[in-house]
Amino acid sequence: MAAFILRRLLSSIVVLLCAASITFLLSVSQKGGPFEKEKLSEKAKLEKLRQHELDGPKWWQLVRYQKRLLQGDLNVSLRYKDRTVAEILAQKLPNSIMLGACAFLIASVGGVAAGFIAAMRKDTWIDVSTMFCALAAISLPTFITGPVLVALLGLWLKLLPIGGFGTWQHLVMPSICLALPFMAYVARLMRNSLLEVMSQHHMRTAKAKGLDEVTTLMRHGMKMAILPVVTYLGPMAAYVLTGSFVVETVFNISGVGGVFVNAIQNADCFLLTGAVLVYAALIVFFNFIVDVLYTFLDKRIQLHA
Amino acid sequence: MPDAPDNRWKGAPPSGWSVLKQNRTAMTALVFLVVVSAAAVIIPFFLPDAIKQVSEESFAPPLSRSEDGLRFHLLGTDVNGNDLFHRLLTGAQVSLGVGLVGALVSLIIGGIYGMVSGYAGGRVDGAMMRFVDMLNAVPSLLIVMIFVSSFDAYFKDALDAMRLWGQAHRWRTVEDIASALIPYSRIAILVLSLGLVQWLTMARIVRGQVLVLKEMAFVTASRAMGQRGWTILWKHLWPNLSTIVLTCLTLTIPAVIRDESFLSFLGLGIEDPAASWGSLLRDGAQVINPIDSKWWLLLFPATLMSLCLLALNFLGDGLRDAFDPKSGS
Repeated sequence: MAAFILRRLLSSIVVLLCAASITFLLSVSQKGGPFEKEKLSEKAKLEKLRQHELDGPKWWQLVRYQKRLLQGDLNVSLRYKDRTVAEILAQKLPNSIMLGACAFLIASVGGVAAGFIAAMRKDTWIDVSTMFCALAAISLPTFITGPVLVALLGLWLKLLPIGGFGTWQHLVMPSICLALPFMAYVARLMRNSLLEVMSQHHMRTAKAKGLDEVTTLMRHGMKMAILPVVTYLGPMAAYVLTGSFVVETVFNISGVGGVFVNAIQNADCFLLTGAVLVYAALIVFFNFIVDVLYTFLDKRIQLHA
Repeated sequence: MPDAPDNRWKGAPPSGWSVLKQNRTAMTALVFLVVVSAAAVIIPFFLPDAIKQVSEESFAPPLSRSEDGLRFHLLGTDVNGNDLFHRLLTGAQVSLGVGLVGALVSLIIGGIYGMVSGYAGGRVDGAMMRFVDMLNAVPSLLIVMIFVSSFDAYFKDALDAMRLWGQAHRWRTVEDIASALIPYSRIAILVLSLGLVQWLTMARIVRGQVLVLKEMAFVTASRAMGQRGWTILWKHLWPNLSTIVLTCLTLTIPAVIRDESFLSFLGLGIEDPAASWGSLLRDGAQVINPIDSKWWLLLFPATLMSLCLLALNFLGDGLRDAFDPKSGS
């Protein structure tokens, strides 16, 4: 176990460094450089570039940036003067994590429950309508469901506040909106894998020894059926994070998504790389958690990185 | 046996196409999609020219006539006085076009990659699939956003240089193509990069199928006849893959459309005056407010886009049920 964790840690650092380098290279190779939009004389621009260590050939800029990164320094934002990237991200990150965590919970719990019910009542109207709603939820993007929810619940029925962040009421609509497609996907996965497990012999044996339907599934079926869902949870965490962009825009929440979009539009390369690093780190972390969880759920799987 | 029962079923098992024809939802979806794409291409030709321009009346409600009586706004107008019906149709052209071309790009890359990986097998296959796994771990939309914003300007310059080069060498066609492409450069690079990130699923599915197919007798036979690898891939494996690829393609189109609209919604995709469903929705979402709600700007694009995405997904699911009943989910 310890060897596994150590190896994963090392490979994660390499992955993160690669992601950061690619992002950095892409963003500094933007035409005209980061100070294009500011009206500066040629000399002042050069001076500014040198001050931020963005002069010279691209690889040399990259090497100096990497050196900083390895010391744990994300550098300063080019746009928001004299604020460090770490400061900005630390301020915005809690909001995004909060939203993402709520959506993640709703999606996983709700999806498993919906899939369970659909599988128990296979081929009845409950199953058909659940699966229809699931396909609808998968095909509709958040930037449709978001504004429609706002118009319905916020403006028309006046049940929930339409924007901002703070109390739990503010959190309801955005997290549902963000969770919907993932919940649907989990429900479909859960239903299919439960149906497959239900057709296996050990389930028949369990029923033969006198357990009722629900207990059989709970005690013997779920453990197998949940595996595909657990595998999906890792990527899902990543998609929830990137999906939060639109939700943050629609519901006026100041989170990392907004920082990312602004950084792209302003060619703010340090801030952009910082945001990408945060996302990549979270993704790597979730995948790691899933791998570890797997060993507890399925004893046949051995860890090797 | 004279007394064998007469009602014994003698037909062949149904082919995928007949299964698909039985599937009512999928067929409805198909008809709907054909109608929408035909409408998006044909109707703009017949609309009066007056309606295609920016006008004074912003936020005219649906079914209203302009003051001089020249224009009739079926679905109302937006902030610039553009007719929403016309913009919705041109937006459909852009969105559906982007979806189709992006999916085709992903088909070409993913198909070739998957076929080579599956056919080569062994270590090559392992390495190629590890690479796909690695790319799958990267949040692809972030990369698309950065890529588009970094290379848009270069791409425009390259097109401009091409136009000038055509002018200098009196090569009319090159000049025309380049100048026709310049307004669409952002869309072009968007399509390209979306296709570039969407090929992973396609590659994996094609590879899985090739792994099965290549063990079959007809492949061994054609190898025994001395055909080369590429010929076998193209002549014998590709036709056998076509239905699975078609299914995957149908499911990739809505994914590309969604990603494009996502970027346009954030203001990083299609730019005015061109419109796509995403940018229309962005306009619509910006004007909803409690006091004076411009509901039509949100309702119509949202409805059309959701219906199209639903139809594409239903069609894709129907195709999958018809041709590949084993793989569910």
